[in-house]
Amino acid sequence: MGLLEVSGPVMTGPSSSHTLGALRIARFVYKLMGIPDSVVFTLHGSFALTYKGHGTDRALLAGIIGLKADDPRVKDAYKLAKDVGLKYEFEFADLGDVHPNTVLIKAHKGDLYNEVEGSSIGGGAIRITKINGVECSLAGDYPALVVVNKDRPGALKGILDCINVNIANVYLRRVNALEGIALTIIELDENPTEEVLECIRTLKNVIEVYAVRLEEGEII
Amino acid sequence: MKFAELIEIWQNTNLEFSEIILAQEMIETGRDPEKVKQVLSNLLRVMLEEAEKNFGKRFETLTGLTGDNAYKLANVKPRMMSKFNHIATVVALSMGESNASMGRIVACPTAGSCGVVPGVAYALWEVEKANFDDLLKAFIVASGIGNVVAKRATLSGAAGGCQAEIGTATAMASGLLTYYYSKDPIRVGHAAALALKALMGLVCDPVGGFVEVPCVKRNGNAVNVAIASAEMALAGIESVIPFDEVVEAMYEVGKSLPESLRETGLGGIAATKTAKEVVEKIRENWKGTE
Repeated sequence: MGLLEVSGPVMTGPSSSHTLGALRIARFVYKLMGIPDSVVFTLHGSFALTYKGHGTDRALLAGIIGLKADDPRVKDAYKLAKDVGLKYEFEFADLGDVHPNTVLIKAHKGDLYNEVEGSSIGGGAIRITKINGVECSLAGDYPALVVVNKDRPGALKGILDCINVNIANVYLRRVNALEGIALTIIELDENPTEEVLECIRTLKNVIEVYAVRLEEGEII
Repeated sequence: MKFAELIEIWQNTNLEFSEIILAQEMIETGRDPEKVKQVLSNLLRVMLEEAEKNFGKRFETLTGLTGDNAYKLANVKPRMMSKFNHIATVVALSMGESNASMGRIVACPTAGSCGVVPGVAYALWEVEKANFDDLLKAFIVASGIGNVVAKRATLSGAAGGCQAEIGTATAMASGLLTYYYSKDPIRVGHAAALALKALMGLVCDPVGGFVEVPCVKRNGNAVNVAIASAEMALAGIESVIPFDEVVEAMYEVGKSLPESLRETGLGGIAATKTAKEVVEKIRENWKGTE
């Protein structure tokens, strides 16, 4: 927290927790995979109770199609989502012992499918708490790599060998024991280059790789 | 950093006060003062642009509980207010209603209290024909005031009640005005203290939890508290209790507020009979809509 956080940011109203934070969580998914073909937002707690009065629905749609928080078109997100052919659905559920402002986003794009859970923890700050079932705690202030890999010895070493910048955090979990699949989330101090991605993508143990890059001065 | 320590640096160096605040920011966050100044300048520019664009407009807000207040006030000749107060109040209401209709706002210091600082900044711009650089210096000083509250207390209504949000916004705005007219950080401290004391204990009681009632009109009222506090400080009136101690007191009061009065929509005016009926109606209207 400093002067810029006190006197800013520029954002779409009406609430930093309910619009800014929600938009940032959805935008994380956009950065992960681009605009999905279809998406289901599962709203929990306070998000579920007050989402229309706070415009959380429009903020989520705006984020998933890649709008930034200060974009004046956030309020027109329903129309913009239709224009890009996005199929969307809002549902409400108890997601368990999570922050009151939590959303689970299930997104399909072609053969790809991702599930991201995130919480808006106040003042527009977010935590991505789960990616495809793997628990994590990403604030969106570091670039991140999400790698689906085969659960074999040496898989992680191969991935780490490709990375030429400092690693801030690593989350790793076996997600499918039957098919032998694991998911690795790596937060980096700098954006990964195309070479790094290509290096990881061509590893024999890697199935999918996604990069969530940061633009200058940006928190998602 | 305490506000008194910033004043001490100023007394020892006699540097321009906004430069001291930027230098202190560099010490605390490592951020380049020129870059910080550039971003703050952009925030101020957006405030003035949005104030100009939305001045006295009608808004279609998310719940419909507000939306025509700025319009109503802009279209009367004020009976008691000066032109300065009138313009500042119209802007404060306009920003609050723009926020409630998903408009672009500057969360200074929060979305719910986003009308107060632009109110005074735009009034200086429009009525005093202030020069942008002078306005920017005063805005940096205002940001420094907000930063003291953020570091030593809280800006969150959920943690400290509305006094933490609108109280801080008002302290910032009164400091902005006082610095613009006097360039005197000591008077700025008094103005900020007077403003925060005036709103001490204010609870966060939004009807239905939505950022409309009482938030929008509270911005309109608070901007006048900011102007009155600045006028008093400029006249040489001092706050007996220094700003840093008022901030500490505000934090203590905030922590002792029951949860029902901290942004839960369960206490204060949110718990009234009318509030409950209004919220019921809003929820009815949502059914089957998009």
